[in-house]
Amino acid sequence: MNIPGSGILKGLAVTARNFAGSYVEKDRLTTEQYPEERPKLPEAARSFPFLVYDGDDPETGMRCVSCKICEKECPPQCIYIIQDRDEAGKALKRPKVFDIDISVCMSCQICVEVCPFESIRMDQDYELSSFDRFGSLMLDKPKLLKSNTYYHSIHPTEAAETDGRIEAERKKKEAATAAKAAKAAAPSVVSVPLVPSQPKGRA
Amino acid sequence: MALLERAPINLLHWFLGLLGFFGVPAWILAIISALIIIGTIIGVFLGLFALTSVMERKILARVQNRYGPNRAGPFGLFQPVADGIKMITKEDLVPRTADWIVHLLAPVVMMVPALMVLAIIPYGRDMVPVEIDAGILYFFAVGAGTEVAVFMAGWGSNNKYSVLGAMRAIAQMISYELPLVISAIVTAMIAGSLSPSAIVAAQGGGGFVPQWFILTPWGFTAGLIFYICALAESNRSPFDLPEGESELVAGHLTEYSGFKYATFFMAEYVGMFAICGLFVTLFLGGWQAPLPFLDIIPSWCWFFGKVCFVAFTMIWVRATLPRLRIDHLLAFAWKFLLPMSFAAFLSAACWHYAGRGPLAWILSLAIVGIPYLILGNAFTNRFSVSRRTYLFSE
Repeated sequence: MNIPGSGILKGLAVTARNFAGSYVEKDRLTTEQYPEERPKLPEAARSFPFLVYDGDDPETGMRCVSCKICEKECPPQCIYIIQDRDEAGKALKRPKVFDIDISVCMSCQICVEVCPFESIRMDQDYELSSFDRFGSLMLDKPKLLKSNTYYHSIHPTEAAETDGRIEAERKKKEAATAAKAAKAAAPSVVSVPLVPSQPKGRA
Repeated sequence: MALLERAPINLLHWFLGLLGFFGVPAWILAIISALIIIGTIIGVFLGLFALTSVMERKILARVQNRYGPNRAGPFGLFQPVADGIKMITKEDLVPRTADWIVHLLAPVVMMVPALMVLAIIPYGRDMVPVEIDAGILYFFAVGAGTEVAVFMAGWGSNNKYSVLGAMRAIAQMISYELPLVISAIVTAMIAGSLSPSAIVAAQGGGGFVPQWFILTPWGFTAGLIFYICALAESNRSPFDLPEGESELVAGHLTEYSGFKYATFFMAEYVGMFAICGLFVTLFLGGWQAPLPFLDIIPSWCWFFGKVCFVAFTMIWVRATLPRLRIDHLLAFAWKFLLPMSFAAFLSAACWHYAGRGPLAWILSLAIVGIPYLILGNAFTNRFSVSRRTYLFSE
């Protein structure tokens, strides 16, 4: 024969423990007081794309060469690029206009994956609400360009990897130029291949 | 300390004396005195309501390991002001098919009894606004007016959810009124009076052992029944079926918005405080301090302290228990609380006639204890959940 009402007392004890505990143990309260406390975002968190530049000057350090691969791959077609040209009309390896309409962007990260120059990356800034429906959600080049240091601060692992890749690429290029220079300097005595080399992968 | 104890009364007398000095006639003084008392009581209880509306949310939040409202003002204490502004500036909607007179009157009819019952509660030593010999009778007679208001709200809205909620409220309030009144009668029987101040006086004295009725077997039983019924009467969780949002939108409050809704809300809380006040008066010794040397704290502080404690336990219960089903609710009132209140009644009589000594303790404990175990077990077994069996699967 159990005592009726003991279950209610047990329940009251549980709620009382939670009530008192919330004043004593701080880690019970998991609520973030948002405007004062910011959440610690995981490294993989992403919002919208931005353009990375090296060094201090966004215009000269810009990695983007205006190849337009991202523009072509973007599923919702929110990227718009015009290539820059000099006075003679010769195409330059940098964009004149680079716009991303983040009201259209769906944060799919495809532009990041296709970019061969490690130039476009995902940002973590989520406080983008504004009263201006058109202007502030249409990011142009000055708004999109952010330094490599900033990239390191939001995605440290990924940024280090990227830097390693760029460094390796640079070293390879340097070695190639050095070899070329050495070849040019030395008289050509050796190694004219008898069989012309074939493209790789095609047997 | 005696100065603080009598401060509210002395302040009133000083003010009236001042008016009398300037030649205000006696009959106007009587009216002014009454108005000041009424204004003070309403002010204090509406202040308590405002404080409770934010404290309740904070306490519930703390139980759920949240912070609760903490944005408006220091510690979120200005939340009631923000809520008030929101409520007043909202549109006051009246459905086209509603009986607008009844719809309009319902919040008023709800508010009036909630305030009127405050008149007979002894707030401190010699601080009863209206001394009525049958004060408890008055409390229940006037308090029953809220049931009419709830049904007016349900009927006047011309909405099926409102009517269903109102029907539930009527069924619940009338069912719980019976054990409520019987458990209150028990105290009147021992004190030998229906006057609240006489009941408080009967719980006084006793030196270092408080003579509060809750500290006797019959008083504990009657007090618990009174407390449960008070929860049901003020439509608070776990008895808040009339406004159960999971099945009835908001019950009789469905068609109310803006200030009318706020009035209902206010009336509910003031009614809750009134019934907490009566509970304190009947069972927790009213304004009496628990120990003689604690008399240095004014009696009205003790009264309001106890009321706030009882209100806190009501919020605590709300944070703990889920809502009942309507048939469980009514069965609980008729099959458990009513017989138990009769047992408490009998137990109190035995306690009195057995000389209020050790023998009386054993006797009265047996008279409430045995029915509690039998009835309680029968009741819990009646509603215990059996294992679900499936017809075709398995």
